[in-house]
Amino acid sequence: MKYSALNLVRNAFSHNRNWKEAWRSPEPKKEYDVIIVGGGGHGLATAYYLAREHNVGNIAVLEKGWIGGGNTGRNTTIVRSNYLWTEASLLYEKSMQLWEGLSQDLNYNVMFSQRGVYNLGHTLQDMRDIERRVNANRLNGIDAEVVTAKQIKKDIPLINTSPDARYPILGASLQPRAGVARHDAVAWGFARAADQLGVDIIEQCEVTGVNRNGSTVTGVETTRGTIKAKKVGVVVAGNASVVASMAGLRLPIESHPLQAYVSEPLKPVLDTVVMSNAVHGYVSQSDKGELVIGAGIDAYNGYGQRGSFSTIEHAMQAILELFPMFSRVRMLRMWGGIVDVCPDACPIISKTPVDGLYFNCGWGTGGFKATPGSGWVFAHTIAEDRPHELNQPFNLQRFETGALIDEHGAAAVAH
Amino acid sequence: MQVNRLDKGGRIDRSKPLKFRFNGKSYEGYAGDTLASALLANNVSLINRSFKLHRPRGIIGSGAEEPNAILQIGKGAHTLPNRRATQVALQEGLVARSTKGWPGVRFDIGAINDVFSRLFSAGFYYKTFMFPQSLWNLYEDLIRGSAGFAKAPKKPDPDRYEHINAHCDILVAGAGPAGLMAALAAARSGARVILADEGTEAGGALLRSDEIIDGRPATNWVETIATEIRGYEDVTVLKNSTVFGYFAQNFLTITERTEGPIRQREWRVRARQVVLAQGAIERPLIFCNNDRPGVMLASAVSEYIRRYAVLPGKRAVVFTNNDAAYQAALDLHSAGATIAAIVDSRRTGAGDLGEQAKAAGIPVMPGHIVTNVSGRKRVTGVKIATWDGATEGMVDESIDIACDLVTMSGGYSPAVHLHSQSGAKNAWDDSLSCFVPGEAVQACESAGAGNGRWSLRDCLEDGARAGKVALAKAGFDMPDIAVPAASSQAVKPLEPLWRVPAAQDPDRCPKQFLDFQNDTSVADVRLAVREGYRNIEHVKRYTALGFGTDQGKLGNINGMAVLAEALGMSIPEVGTTTFRPPYTPVSFGVCAGESVGELYDPVRKTAVHEWHESSGAEFENVGQWHRPWYFPLPGEDLDAAVARECLATRKSLGILDASTLGKIDVQGPDAVTFLERIYTHNVGKMQNGRCAYGIMLGEDGMVMDDGVMARLGDNRFYLTTTTGGAAAVLGWLESWLQTEWPELEVYLTSITDQYSTIAVAGPNSRRLLHKLSCSVDLGNENFPFMSVHDAELAGIPVQLFRVSFSGELAFEVNVDSNHALPLWQTLMDAGEEFDITPYGTETMHVLRAEKGFVIVGQDTDGSVTPIDLNMNWMLSKEKDYLGKRSLSRPDCLRTDRKQLVGLLSEDNTTVIPEGAQLIEDLSAPEPVPMLGHVSSSYMSACLGHPIALGLVAGGWNRKDEVVYAWAAGCEPIRARIVSPVFYDPRNERQND
Amino acid sequence: MFLIECPWCGERAETEFSYGGEGGITRPAEPDKLSDAEWANYLFMRTNPRGAHQELWNHAQGCRRWFGVERDTVTYHISRSYVLGDGVKD
Repeated sequence: MKYSALNLVRNAFSHNRNWKEAWRSPEPKKEYDVIIVGGGGHGLATAYYLAREHNVGNIAVLEKGWIGGGNTGRNTTIVRSNYLWTEASLLYEKSMQLWEGLSQDLNYNVMFSQRGVYNLGHTLQDMRDIERRVNANRLNGIDAEVVTAKQIKKDIPLINTSPDARYPILGASLQPRAGVARHDAVAWGFARAADQLGVDIIEQCEVTGVNRNGSTVTGVETTRGTIKAKKVGVVVAGNASVVASMAGLRLPIESHPLQAYVSEPLKPVLDTVVMSNAVHGYVSQSDKGELVIGAGIDAYNGYGQRGSFSTIEHAMQAILELFPMFSRVRMLRMWGGIVDVCPDACPIISKTPVDGLYFNCGWGTGGFKATPGSGWVFAHTIAEDRPHELNQPFNLQRFETGALIDEHGAAAVAH
Repeated sequence: MQVNRLDKGGRIDRSKPLKFRFNGKSYEGYAGDTLASALLANNVSLINRSFKLHRPRGIIGSGAEEPNAILQIGKGAHTLPNRRATQVALQEGLVARSTKGWPGVRFDIGAINDVFSRLFSAGFYYKTFMFPQSLWNLYEDLIRGSAGFAKAPKKPDPDRYEHINAHCDILVAGAGPAGLMAALAAARSGARVILADEGTEAGGALLRSDEIIDGRPATNWVETIATEIRGYEDVTVLKNSTVFGYFAQNFLTITERTEGPIRQREWRVRARQVVLAQGAIERPLIFCNNDRPGVMLASAVSEYIRRYAVLPGKRAVVFTNNDAAYQAALDLHSAGATIAAIVDSRRTGAGDLGEQAKAAGIPVMPGHIVTNVSGRKRVTGVKIATWDGATEGMVDESIDIACDLVTMSGGYSPAVHLHSQSGAKNAWDDSLSCFVPGEAVQACESAGAGNGRWSLRDCLEDGARAGKVALAKAGFDMPDIAVPAASSQAVKPLEPLWRVPAAQDPDRCPKQFLDFQNDTSVADVRLAVREGYRNIEHVKRYTALGFGTDQGKLGNINGMAVLAEALGMSIPEVGTTTFRPPYTPVSFGVCAGESVGELYDPVRKTAVHEWHESSGAEFENVGQWHRPWYFPLPGEDLDAAVARECLATRKSLGILDASTLGKIDVQGPDAVTFLERIYTHNVGKMQNGRCAYGIMLGEDGMVMDDGVMARLGDNRFYLTTTTGGAAAVLGWLESWLQTEWPELEVYLTSITDQYSTIAVAGPNSRRLLHKLSCSVDLGNENFPFMSVHDAELAGIPVQLFRVSFSGELAFEVNVDSNHALPLWQTLMDAGEEFDITPYGTETMHVLRAEKGFVIVGQDTDGSVTPIDLNMNWMLSKEKDYLGKRSLSRPDCLRTDRKQLVGLLSEDNTTVIPEGAQLIEDLSAPEPVPMLGHVSSSYMSACLGHPIALGLVAGGWNRKDEVVYAWAAGCEPIRARIVSPVFYDPRNERQND
Repeated sequence: MFLIECPWCGERAETEFSYGGEGGITRPAEPDKLSDAEWANYLFMRTNPRGAHQELWNHAQGCRRWFGVERDTVTYHISRSYVLGDGVKD
């Protein structure tokens, strides 16, 4: 049943009793053409684009828990494409373009809200980096501008642009098309759309082994039995190294806790997204009124989906540096995700030494914004058995050749 | 007129009347009231509107579970957003407002949503607002227009906060009967104890109780025990203090609301043992229109009557599935209210309390249920049906009873939040119909109602037990402690009733609310299941169940039960939800503590800082340092000041405070071996007394830091690092020394703060030092470029380096920081005849750029090798060093890598903006290929034209080619690729 | 915020320490003799296990000594800390 205002009214008359399930819960088949391991946003998007763009008919998404329960449901929902290097910015821009029509594509309102993202500069070097990045963005066809502290104050009246601040705001980059989206809806929307194209979404099905015949993948072992597949795409943020080791691969990844928190709902006071690498904080306000705030990455490896409280305290201090009036606002919830960090702060979307086995991982803090684009290029990579030109640079070989794409400046913490 | 105030009783101070305002009207209450009790005393029952449907709402609870009475307290910078009226202590002059409802809470336009509530079913927003796409912004503005409860303050917080670190043997969370017993045991045994309770006074549920302990009223007992506990030296009793976080290794956080100059304090406690005694939270019953003002929890009704002497209604219906609510009925009765009926879903009725109710003449209706409520802004009556205890379908609601208060109890849920936060699981107890703490995974014991013990006698016993267990584990002797005598009534067990059957089926009946704040109803959860959202996490996220500011304390368990019913599963099969901090919301301010404003990050200042300030320097932040950026004379801007400073230095004499450079002393027999592995050049070949420019690479081959190093002896070196990199470099060196090469005997000492560095640069620098009776011969023979001498300058012992970051004849003077300011002043005085000119970082940058010297972090990023910087000459072929192997990877050998070049604007006048990208073809379509970028760019006053440095792909093979420097908002600038050395390429001046 | 036992100073709060990543990675004696792949393996590839992890910590705001820690990456439970060269692997 199509989602529309009309159908909403129609169903209201029948007491909402005729809505169909958004996605089925099928039993796994014995064999699929393609198995996607991981039912997060990226995995579901991959399945959706495989079915829609590449006409792959027989696809399963295997999820060990519930779909969207990993980083998809644990991030601060920021979407932007203003990366420094051309390789990264073109990939994220592809994603941005998909975001811009995603609700209509999926017939599921993912509430993509282009309310702009400000990346603040606090030092002269920050400003040089911002100028450099904005110029690169513009030449890559990505909207970006440098704004002065005065302009920031005009756009965001509550922000502290005092020159007496410990780290005064000197300016910012602004990407007007950037914004936020409703994270859960992204998983559910992709799931529903993929399901309608025949994709089997199988929850509570954990992959415990990767089967291969020589150097060719043949399927996976799961908690619900062996499932054969011609191709297996693995996109399991927070678990990439673990699944890689099942296939005998090592990855240049370390998994770290990354935390976030929200305030109690407030009347709208912040109409855009503010990020600061220098003071390690980023904040937006949700449509419900909650301030959504991201903290820094905990330094240690951790799969616990929780970090240290001192990291939250630092994030509070950073936010109060930017918005001293939020001091009396209260934190309502805090949570943690697991970010897989690559040495160059860029993802791996790549074929592997095992034929038919593909990995999509290492998104660090940049995963959510890339969801549709990541799925789109990964679907291409799997279907064609070769990367799309957009993800060609994000191969595994770069760690041998040295062709790294260093996005630490743009990625660091603030996403 | 406090019409609902009882004539006597309560723990309020009637001698202290307090005036307050709510929604613009004046009221009066008493000291000891909460805002909620004072509002109820004044018969204010309509307090707020709900989030989505804007339904009228009153006060349901009396504590942290309250979902409705979410108010804006105070005004201006002091305003407190989203405070629960049940937890706001009444104060003279308090001003409170509803946070929902426009134009007001009585008449609210938004209530139209309730009329169309079927449209606003769970997740409706995912299904609409999509067509046309262009209107989403408009739709969203409308959605946002109704967002939020209270307003954030607009002014910075005038109050202060602080953090306290504490250690204790036993931390007791909760000062109800169980917590008091545990704390008493611990205190008597001599342990270091912290007892924290969120209330204004100890006692917990006893404050609303008429129970007898050891033959006297329970509140008397509480006072005696609390007084004894407070009397022990090693005991800290914290009232108004919520234990809100339980982290790894028994680290717990407490927020204390104080009355002193500090508004709130965060205690960060490391406890050897923890006793969790936070009590239990009463559950609602889920019947139609159960959200109407006047529907209240039984525990809250008792609390308002007994603790605050407020009678919240005159004619009550009590609806329950357990014995506890009978107490509320008795309390209502003895306070003078009429009990129209006790409606008990159990056909068996209650135990001892049931007998008491009957004895008091209260009509009891066992085997009945309240199915619906009439009244909109206040309860006017209920509909009642007989019930067989099993039917889940429709029932016949044939009985109408008028009332102004519905008192409900769906049983209690232990407050297992902290237990869950500690990493432990909760377990479903079928006999108690609630989650109880499962096996502990940290050093903690749960006790009392929080451990599923309902009767007072059990709570006291369990508290004593938990205290003893904790003490034993912590290695203390058992104290002498007897459990006081308390009653234990005969109780008939609770019979689960998660959703009350109605006259229509659950999808059609009037709304049965589970999450009052978010307007999540039974029908919403059932809809979610129908649509395939079956996992509890999906259901919560889809319906917003539990996402209100009460964090699901009130309705979550009922919600899980309704989900279980819809799925045909049991509650534990649906799963437990994991609780995360905070237990109740905590202010950003208290989490941030003192580290805000100027204490956000300490400012580092050099020993000469005062002089810079008094000389009118403008400063920039470099790392944690405040460094002079430039020294403007009156009327000068940055450009003018920098031009003057540059010219003065090149022509005669400049002086720079370079103290922020990182300085590391390296000593030990293996110093050479060690540094050979760190730096790219041949360290061993350096003569004693000589200096060298050194770079260090990461293992990935990228330039990490640079600086001058000096060999002070066979086994002693002095290193400098960049200002921002000092700490990281020291850490880097230490890590290699300790983890990889522990066999090397080398000692590293940071001397950044101990020594200040003053650079004097310019043709007259030697004369200046000479004038100050420098104790060493400064001539080229004795003191050539790149050498070092100990010396005395104006009688002050110094270390003199003949190094130059400006390309001029220059010396860097290292001096004990205690002498830095006087020495600086001496140099300034003596330099007057040479027109000595202080300069800042900007001039330093221009002077070095004229010489083509890079700044790591400005002209390099994490992707630049020394080869890219044309520093091949510094890369030893004779040894290994960190990062060397990476330089021979294929990508690092490409000849089209981005290489350091100089750039000159063709018109010789335009300063290219820093950060400009370099492109070849102005007409190329996007994405436009970029050759590189401009990393440094200045007007060179000495050369009379602008200069720039940049990184250009294959730049060295592009000498004299012209490219475009492109920057947003500027005309593209034609720039010629040249050598990066613009000034004195033969280095005649520095060697002079 | 967990407690870490510095072998020299005893148990201290995590905030006093800095993390050094996976332990037991020895720098190759002769990097020149390694293939690019072998070098990349040393430089970038990590075990990143779910469970017991040998790792390096530095008591940065204390004695500034590096030491080894065995920590569970799921529960964060630290089973032991040890002087380098003195334990399983360094």
